[in-house]
Amino acid sequence: MTIATLTKPWEAFSYGFLDASAKRELRRRMLKAIAVPGCQMPYASREVPMARGWGTGGLQVTLTLLKPSSVVKVIDQGADDSVNAASIRSFLSKVSGAAETWDTLAATLIQSRHRIPEERLRADQVLVLQVPNPEPLRPVEPNMSVARQMHADADYGRLWLILYEQIVRSGRIMQGASYPALVNGRHVMTPSPIPRWDLPKLHMAQHLTFLSAGREKRLYAVPPFTRVDPLVFSDVPYKVEDHAALTCHRSGVTGYFMNEIPQGSGGSVFELSDSHLGIKVIRRAKGEDVALGATWYENGKMPQ
Amino acid sequence: MTAALALRAPQLMTTPPLLTMTGVSRRYGDVVALDDVSAMVYPGEVLGIVGESGSGKSTLLRMMNLEDTPDAGDYRLALPDLPGNLFELDRFARRMLCATRIGIVYQNPHLGLLMKNSSSGNVAERLLIAGERSFTALRGRAREALDASEFPLERMDARPIELSGGMQQRVQLAKAIALEPALLLLDEPTTGLDVSVQALVLDTLKRLQRDRAITMVIVSHDLGVIRTMADRVMVMRRGRVVEQGLADQIFQDPQHAYTQQLVHAKL
Repeated sequence: MTIATLTKPWEAFSYGFLDASAKRELRRRMLKAIAVPGCQMPYASREVPMARGWGTGGLQVTLTLLKPSSVVKVIDQGADDSVNAASIRSFLSKVSGAAETWDTLAATLIQSRHRIPEERLRADQVLVLQVPNPEPLRPVEPNMSVARQMHADADYGRLWLILYEQIVRSGRIMQGASYPALVNGRHVMTPSPIPRWDLPKLHMAQHLTFLSAGREKRLYAVPPFTRVDPLVFSDVPYKVEDHAALTCHRSGVTGYFMNEIPQGSGGSVFELSDSHLGIKVIRRAKGEDVALGATWYENGKMPQ
Repeated sequence: MTAALALRAPQLMTTPPLLTMTGVSRRYGDVVALDDVSAMVYPGEVLGIVGESGSGKSTLLRMMNLEDTPDAGDYRLALPDLPGNLFELDRFARRMLCATRIGIVYQNPHLGLLMKNSSSGNVAERLLIAGERSFTALRGRAREALDASEFPLERMDARPIELSGGMQQRVQLAKAIALEPALLLLDEPTTGLDVSVQALVLDTLKRLQRDRAITMVIVSHDLGVIRTMADRVMVMRRGRVVEQGLADQIFQDPQHAYTQQLVHAKL
């Protein structure tokens, strides 16, 4: 008997890159996170071949959810073709054999940084958001032990103080991204740096959302059909960005979240932030047979 | 009329005390901070606590604000829905009680105020903890409380760090009275202020006490402050109450050797 007969043949990595025990631990945390919507679950964040802060939290959740029949889409600020998004996507497909796509409708697993696609997600899709700072109470309570007690007591009064100060100082709420929201009427979460525009998409959504912070070693979830209510004053309604009237200069569509592109002349033009939606609209205009999904926003408004 | 007056029984103190503390003891290692201290405060009364540094007066005040738990002792507030020993409340109930029923002004404004927020925001914080969620109401009530503590309203959105010491104490005071607490605790509220500002802050406190009949406990080593404010005085030394009585009584006719020393040591 030799050592070789007792061991498995050498492989470059285990399926889905993470070892089985890491995936098992993550799965248990993810189930727990689904059971208590919006509550941050600590997990042992593993090393992945990427620097902390570049989406390692999201990557670990995605690696755990992968299977050979998955179709993965990776978004970086709305774009599929940025270096970061392209590298993560090819890495995912390399370690699992999953198919890659840019199309929101074709994807089963979507990892995203800073945006939620404009096309409605379905019940069979899972969204994974990368989170740099999972603690909504950090600006008001630097001591994390006390912050955890505040979560336990649902003592969130001070978060309104941030909004109060913004209105007093600037006349309106200035919180542009990471707008805190109450999940399922119990836990306040920070929805990762998605713009205010995207937050209503999580409310009573059909899809499952995971939010994971690799550096901070915390993950939380918004299960399907869960209330996500942005924190507001009773007399100051929640407002999304003023993008409803903007038109994309490339695809010509109106009523979605836009990126502002400064021009040499001093002015600026706007471009659809969800880049693949723009591509699909352009290809369709050229006569190709491209399927466009139903979008969350219709004519720049979110139907109630 | 005179007959009716003559027939009326002598007016005795029939209202029960608002605050009752019995047998409170606290040790920090070998140091005895409080040794079997009992205190009572009646509604609308001002109790002054004097004593040298390290006599346990601030520890006692911290106990009253439920910031610390004693080794032994009982603490009751005669308020509806608050039966039993308050030291046995859980963390959440304590927090809510402190936020809504007890106001406190610290000697050091950094302890009581959020220095990065605006002054009105500091007052609004109390209201937010109590569950107020309307911006207009928050603003209005913050303005009211700041006005009551005689804070110049044109500076209500300035950060406390930009304000003078006297102003900071006024913000603390506004924060403490914003929810109309049953009990107001003052921990050396005027120490560190110059004499004229001290007089102004004491004036405000006096007026508030007169207008709203707030029950107060004021801790100070400054006999002048206690003489101006307090109805009743408790003298503490080495964690014990050595003498207590009406303010005039203590100042005119001190019985205990330490109190005599204290009263006569005044410059």
